[in-house]
Amino acid sequence: MELDPLILSRIQFAFVVSFHAIFPVFTIGLASYIAVLEGLAFKTGNPVWVKLSAFWTKVFAVVFGMGVVSGIVMSFQFGTNWSNFAQASANFLGPILSYEVITAFFLEAAFLGVLLFGRDKVPAGVHLFAAIMVATGTFISSFWILSANSWMQTPAGTELRDGVFHVTSWSMAIFNPSFWYRFVHMALASFLTGGFVVAGVSAWYLLLGREVEANRKALSMCLWLLLIIAPAQLVVGDFHGLNTLEHQPTKVAAMEGNWETSRNVPLLLFAIPDQENQTNHFEIGIPSLASMILTHEWDGEVPGLNAVPVEEQPPVGIVFWSFRIMVGLGILMILFALAGLFLRPQGRYARTTWFLQGLRFMSIAPFFAVLAGWFVTEVGRAPWLVYGIMTQAEAVTPSLTGGMALFTLIGYVVVYALVFSAGVYYLMRVLYVGLEDQQEHDHEAERPARPFSAAHVPFEYADDNSANPANQGGH
Amino acid sequence: MELFDLPLIWAFIIGFGIIMYVLMDGFDLGVGILFPFAPNEESRDTMMNSVAPVWDGNETWLVLGGAGLLAAFPLVYSILLPALYIGVFLLLAGLIFRGVAFEFRFKARTSRYLWNWSFAGGSTVASFAQGAVVGAYIQGFETANGVYVGGALDWLTPFTVLTGLGMLAGYALLGSTWLILKTEGRLQEWAYRITLPLLAAVLVVFGIISVWTPFVDDMVRQRWFSNLTVIWILPVLTLLCAFQIFRSVRNRLEGMPFVATMGLFITTYLGLVVSRWPYVVPPEYTLWDAASAYESQLFLLIGLLFVIPIVLVYTAWTYWVFRGKVRAGEGYH
Ligand code: HDD
Ligand code: HEM
Ligand code: HEM
Repeated sequence: MELDPLILSRIQFAFVVSFHAIFPVFTIGLASYIAVLEGLAFKTGNPVWVKLSAFWTKVFAVVFGMGVVSGIVMSFQFGTNWSNFAQASANFLGPILSYEVITAFFLEAAFLGVLLFGRDKVPAGVHLFAAIMVATGTFISSFWILSANSWMQTPAGTELRDGVFHVTSWSMAIFNPSFWYRFVHMALASFLTGGFVVAGVSAWYLLLGREVEANRKALSMCLWLLLIIAPAQLVVGDFHGLNTLEHQPTKVAAMEGNWETSRNVPLLLFAIPDQENQTNHFEIGIPSLASMILTHEWDGEVPGLNAVPVEEQPPVGIVFWSFRIMVGLGILMILFALAGLFLRPQGRYARTTWFLQGLRFMSIAPFFAVLAGWFVTEVGRAPWLVYGIMTQAEAVTPSLTGGMALFTLIGYVVVYALVFSAGVYYLMRVLYVGLEDQQEHDHEAERPARPFSAAHVPFEYADDNSANPANQGGH
Repeated sequence: MELFDLPLIWAFIIGFGIIMYVLMDGFDLGVGILFPFAPNEESRDTMMNSVAPVWDGNETWLVLGGAGLLAAFPLVYSILLPALYIGVFLLLAGLIFRGVAFEFRFKARTSRYLWNWSFAGGSTVASFAQGAVVGAYIQGFETANGVYVGGALDWLTPFTVLTGLGMLAGYALLGSTWLILKTEGRLQEWAYRITLPLLAAVLVVFGIISVWTPFVDDMVRQRWFSNLTVIWILPVLTLLCAFQIFRSVRNRLEGMPFVATMGLFITTYLGLVVSRWPYVVPPEYTLWDAASAYESQLFLLIGLLFVIPIVLVYTAWTYWVFRGKVRAGEGYH
């Protein structure tokens, strides 16, 4: 079999970017949460907030570190695997991606060190300010990167001359038609991620009876937040979909699994799309609901996949199912937020075992929803790289051979598997040790700009009884 | 109308970024290269502590360089990265392994030896890859219509292997002179001892490269031997720096060996730049051919002018905070 550098590059890009993406979505949400905790600590002087903030800052440090390491790889992917694309779009993407790096750089240089290491060294107000700036910085970072991605989805403000994009209007290119939808959807996704992780971890500590007061406060806060954000995500997602219908109708057709442009289109709950025969098998659907959602009329017209030639259709199955996973998890999140509301009286949410167990498992749900969402967006755009203008096949590095691409793909998988399993393992250790070890500081010198060293937790379990919750239970 | 020669300004910015990266990440990579040969485990702790506060600030120059290159000279970015495809992968993999080793080695107990290897191996692979990149750059790239058309391993030739080894020796020299500056006692003694052999290795490799380069490359030959005789000032300065290292190690000076090694790197770097100027993708494209659109270069320049001073001040501040000797047992428990 001939190895196809294009397919392999796509798999490689999807792999490294998916890996990268899960860390920043978490850090963005967590940074804001820490800023809120710092604010509460500053205002009320209640040590519980300081305790929580100190603990989650440790987690933040580890996750941020992994985000940086995987991000460095991203900044070279465009050149190694998509050099034609890099060359063609550099006039716009170059400055935008550089601004992203500059922002991260600036953030790291100026405020991260103070947040991670400065609690006892700078006045409380300055520490709070640093926390706010770090949170702001993560948003500015995602602002740039999402602008770049949205421009590829809905290009605007640029003009193609001799195969190279030239910017005609920076504001139109940066704030392109799908930008705000994607930015808000992604921001809410980050909050959901932060919220469900904190809720899940707090629920777990409550089940173990550890640090009950602090963890109940944390959980209560998260549940209020989720009650607002989870339904808001549904609404924003709906608007996002309508925007996509306007600019990328084929993607919406793939999300709906709709082959023929028609009216009264059902909302499919289950189907096995069959691209070869341009049809679905085993359809189960709710009559006319897709028309209603997309056009707000029962007999509204929904675009079909066969409006474009087969070569211009994205891989339907991936888009169709990723979309259902994302929306399904989104609805599950809403249900959990509502359950939290019903269990509110007499604080039952902090004692009800099934609810706490459920939340534990929900802490990984946002990561799957985020990845599924990106798969809808990115796979649904195929075969286009810059929508309607440049295809993936035109973008791939001409000198790249299948063998080279396979070599690095395997290489990245191996490197990431080794390095990130160590990282995730360490993160688990930090969570396992929990809030309790606050006093037990070791004498590590401060090393600004070294995120991990903010987490004073040894790597192995060996001879370390602070790790054993049984010794700590019920402080 | 275009008011400034922006490509020229950008060439200076990127050129500055590259030498900043080479000097700063150079010594911490060098410490990694020397790691397995250290006298004992306690010295390794000290060695790692001596670079731990600064290494990732040092590495950020590389990320900035990558993104800046895409923005200002997309042609360079989109020819070099495909041409160096495998090398770039090795470089990144090396940097990842050594980066996490910094974080985990201090936390690890029984698995410490694994992180030692991760640190030393990662540093060595990354340094070698960087040296090979420089060699590939001297060789030039096979292009057609602004696209790389060579093969996957064109960058890997006897010549680039030699430049890779040269970079290993050079970074190790930066590392050993850094250790002379930052440590004392047994470790410093060891660093003094290995510095002169390393210097000899560097000079031998640099010598071979200098003799070889004119054969690899016509343009360099013409430059060196016909029109631009002032170029010869640079190798003379390089030799002066080498002599300075030799003398200061003999006299047991602590700061001078490191300063002179930086001088050695700077003069060599300038020599390379002058031999090539103004070609940024040898042998065909000049920096003006490779530049992105004027308004794009301008758009980014504005932001950069704000950030670079802040970064420089912050960098200086970090080095100031962590000045002085690193002692065993300090910096971790
Ligand atoms: C700045 C740009 C950018 C950003 C922010 C993202 N992507 Fe993307 N993505 C691309 C730029 C891109 C691309 C360069 O345009 C790719 C490479 C190949 C392609 O077709 O598009 C791509 C492809 C691509 C593919 C493969 C699609 C296919 O081959 O059919 C997947 C699964 C993802 N991406 C997933 C993600 C995820 C999980 C992201 C979360 C952060 C993400 N992308 C952000
Ligand atoms: C092609 C896509 C991407 C590229 C090229 C990229 C590039 C990078 C780079 C180079 C870094 C490290 C910067 C440093 O040295 O500190 C980084 C970190 C970061 N990235 Fe990305 N990134 C991409 C996708 C994303 C996405 C989709 C988001 C979020 C919406 C994001 C948000 C962040 C944030 C917040 C950081 C700071 C570190 C952290 O929080 O973990 N990036 N990225
Ligand atoms: C609850 C109902 C939801 C709806 C109706 C919805 C709708 C959508 C749509 C239509 C897209 C594709 C936009 C495009 O590519 O043009 C999308 C993408 C995405 N979704 Fe959702 N979504 C929902 C829930 C969620 C949840 C719960 C998360 C994560 C916690 C999430 C995260 C994402 C992400 C990360 C993307 C890709 C980035 C983007 O294009 O915005 N979504 N969503």
